[in-house]
Order: sequence, then C-alpha cells, then structure tokens
Amino acid sequence: MQAHVRARAGDTLLRETRAVETIDLEVTSLRELNQMLHGLAPGAAEPQFRILNPRGRHAIAVGVDAPTTIEIDGNVGYYCAGMNKQATVVINGSAGVGVAENMMSGLVHVKGDASQSAGATGCGGLLVIDGNASARCGISNRGLDIVVKGSVGHMSAFMAQAGNLVVLEGAGEALGDSIYEARLFVRGPVQSLGADCIEKPLRDEHRAHLRVLLDKAGVGGKVDVSEFKRYGSARQLYHFHIDNVGAY
Amino acid sequence: MCGIVGLFLKNEALEPSLGKMMTTMLATMCERGPDSAGFAIYGGGDDVHVKLTVRAGSAAYDFEALAGKLSDALGAPVPVVRHDTHAVLAVPKEAEQKARDLIASLGDGTRVIGAGTRMELYKEVGRPDAVARQFKLADMAGSHAVAHTRMATESAVNPGGAHPFSTGRDQCLVHNGSLSNHNSLRRELKQAGLQFETENDTEVAASYLTWRMREGESLGDALRHSLADLDGFYTFVVATEDGFGVLRDPIACKPAILAETEDYVAFGSEYRALSGLPGIEKAKVWEPEPATVYFWKRT
Repeated sequence: MQAHVRARAGDTLLRETRAVETIDLEVTSLRELNQMLHGLAPGAAEPQFRILNPRGRHAIAVGVDAPTTIEIDGNVGYYCAGMNKQATVVINGSAGVGVAENMMSGLVHVKGDASQSAGATGCGGLLVIDGNASARCGISNRGLDIVVKGSVGHMSAFMAQAGNLVVLEGAGEALGDSIYEARLFVRGPVQSLGADCIEKPLRDEHRAHLRVLLDKAGVGGKVDVSEFKRYGSARQLYHFHIDNVGAY
Repeated sequence: MCGIVGLFLKNEALEPSLGKMMTTMLATMCERGPDSAGFAIYGGGDDVHVKLTVRAGSAAYDFEALAGKLSDALGAPVPVVRHDTHAVLAVPKEAEQKARDLIASLGDGTRVIGAGTRMELYKEVGRPDAVARQFKLADMAGSHAVAHTRMATESAVNPGGAHPFSTGRDQCLVHNGSLSNHNSLRRELKQAGLQFETENDTEVAASYLTWRMREGESLGDALRHSLADLDGFYTFVVATEDGFGVLRDPIACKPAILAETEDYVAFGSEYRALSGLPGIEKAKVWEPEPATVYFWKRT
C-alpha cells in the first residue's frame, strides 16, 4: 500500500517516498501489529507504519528492531516503544507509564505529555517529549538522551547512571537522587535536589554538549544554552567510604 | 494493583447515561483487579429518607420480608428496591440507627454496607464486568459514581473486602495501593470507638476519614491530615453527596489520570478507562500531583 503522509514541519516523520502501512487498532489486534513489527527484516526502513485508534492500549510498538518509522495517532498506554532499537516512533498524543523504557537506540518522540518513568533504564537513542513528563523521568538511565520541552516530576533521574536529561521548564522534588554519572541540564526552577546530586558549573564544553542535544531534539537555536543549570553526582554516595560504615 | 474509575457529571443531560458510561469504564479495568468489584452511585433521594444499601448472603434472600419487619418496627412504610444480592431500603432519616440495630440483630449475615440520601453502594466477588451486569449498573442514573476493581493484597477476597468502603452518610472511599500501618491505626481507631468488620487496610483509611470528620473536619482537611497519618502507597478517590475528590500519596507510585470537560470530571487508573468518554479527545487530561487534594463540588 502506498500512502502519502505529509510530515509536520521540522519533525522526522513518515517519508512520502516510502510505503506506509496503516494499521487501525480497532480492526487489527495489538499482538498482530507487534508481530508484524517484529517480523521486519533487520535494516528494513519500510514499510513505515501509521497506527490509528491506540486508545490508551499498552505495549504498542514494543521491541521493534528495524530502522523504520512508526507514527501513532492518539494517546498510548504503558510501555509504548519499550526496548526500541533503531526505529523512529512518533506519538501524536500523550503516553502512559514507561514510554520508551529500556530503549536501545533510535528516536521516540511524544508530542503530548508522558506519564511516570518515561525512558526508564534506557541504554541509548533519543527520547523527546514535547509536553511535561511526570515522576521518575529517566529513572536508572544507562545511556539514553532525554529532552523534555516542559517540566519533569519528582525523583527524575533517580539512580541515573549515564546518558543525559535535558529539561526546559523546571523539575520537581529530589532531582537526581542517588545519581551516578548521568548529566542533567535544567532550565527553570528545580524544587529540590536529591541525595548526592549537586549543581555543577556550566562550562563551555557543557554548553557545546547541550547545544548538540537540543539540536538533535529539534529545539534548535530558539533556546539559549546559557540559561540552563548543570547537575550531577557529588560522588559521595556510591563509593564505599569508611566513615560511613555505620550506615551500611 | 487494583483499578479505579470515577465520573462526576457537570452536565445534567448526561445523568441518565451515568451507569452506562461507568460500565464501559469499569470493564476496561478488569485486568487491574479481576477478583472483585464494587461501585457507589449517587442518584435520586429525598429529604426525609435515608437509603440503606443492604447486602444479603445470597440472591434468594427475602428482602420484602426484611422491609416488612422494618416497617413494623419503625411504624412507617419502607420502600425496597432489590438488585440481586443487594437491596436499597428507604427508612425515615431519624430512624436510621433503629433500622441498623434491627438488621444487625438478625444474625443472618445481612449487612448495611452504605447509607445516604442519594448514595447506593454495591460490591461483590467476581470479574468486574460480571459484577456490573449482576447489578445492572448500565441501567442506573445519577450525578456521579466511583467504582473499583480489586486485586487483593491485604485481606481475604470476599464481598466485605471489596471496595468502595462507606465513610459515613453519603460518603465513600476507594483505594488503589496498600497501607503499611493499618494495624496500629486500627487499634487507635478502635480505642476512639470505631468498629471494624474486616482486616482490610482500606476500611482503616475509610474509618480514619470518618473519625476525622466526626471530630469536625471537612473531607478536604481529613484527606490532608491522612497524608501525615497513613503510611503506604495509595491513590484515593472519594465521593460525597455532592462532591468528588482525589488524593495520591507523596511518592505517587499508584497511577491516576484525570480528565475534565465542560460536561464532566473523570478519573481512571489508566487512560484506557477514559478513552470511550464523549469529547475525551478535547478534554483536559492530566495526572494529579502527589500529596495534593483535588475536589469538585456541585454548585
């Protein structure tokens, strides 16, 4: 089936030149859809997929491992695009708990808001959230880049080990609690920092790094990187320290 | 796990279809709580009667005979409407305690599970969609309702452990989560004179709110105090004769989605529960903040 889907300006969406399969989840079962996606040959950039009527269903487009593009029209439930590898998944709506959890590579773009634990335990790739993300965004991040254009809720980047979290409009309580080596960049108010998370100087190399992340997320030059603050680990908590022996 | 749905109508034109909308919402939450279900619905009522929702042990129970006994004892007619294992008996307001005492004295397992000018309360063991059919929820009308699907963690699977729990006249509570200090709190509340029927943690939360309000607090203040006194994970949804409220614990692990349009406020543990509501595409949809009391009241 050949369809012509006009991408919205500035977004990495379905390309007109490639075959687009339209799947209506009121007609096709979720399992059939996911099996179809899992059946894509490694390296297959087409067909691309447009998914209709997600209606909050869980586990849509989980475990995809092909460089295709999947666009979902509506709100999705839990774990959408979990374990994503290579694929570009665009959600034209809001996402439930654990969107893009444990993703490995590729791009997941939520046009609305995301529920808690967005991008949890991600290993790589890019997660962009146009709205707000709620609690525990980027919990236990292991290498995913997350850009949230709104705010993030409490305990975001909890125990985050690697990767980046960029937030444009502030963070809730206990940001970066028990953080390891993930890098956090927040513009706007941070309600409080979690244990062992501290503000660090934003030097030129960090500004350059932030610029790259924002460009990748399509935020571009509209945002002044010098308005951000950088946060990271004080490295007091995760090494054994003889003075703390009584606390173990 | 457990699932919660709730609907508070702002547009009276939707009232005849409240039960139908709630049935659809409840069915989507079967997977979150397949062992039992219940709902409280706020329909018609008058100023002189209180409606007692009574649960019998079986569908064969003779509610007409019970209504006759009550009528004789109270010296007033007691209209009865049967819904399978439950019945709603309307007794004169001032005779509520006398009616309760009489029902308690029967010793046949018949219990008053809710009372109010407008509230009716139904709960049973079974799949939530089956429970909704059992009581013909789809045919019920009203201004607001809350419903619960239970996956038991803290006490036995029986109708007594199902939600909602009544917290007082026209008041009820449903809960997703688990409370860790319910045993000690139950002891304290017993000392304050409250009575308990189950080992269930939610019953303790309901009694706690009852006690706070008995001490003169508003429901909002009672909920705010619960943040300090209840330890555990919870999303609560409460309803009163003319109000509807939501509270999540400070960690907010238990899911909660609110949607509001000009016609209604809707609550769902997951967005799926709200996806069939009219105009949901244009509704304001958000997650309630942790440790924040949300409350709507009919004006």
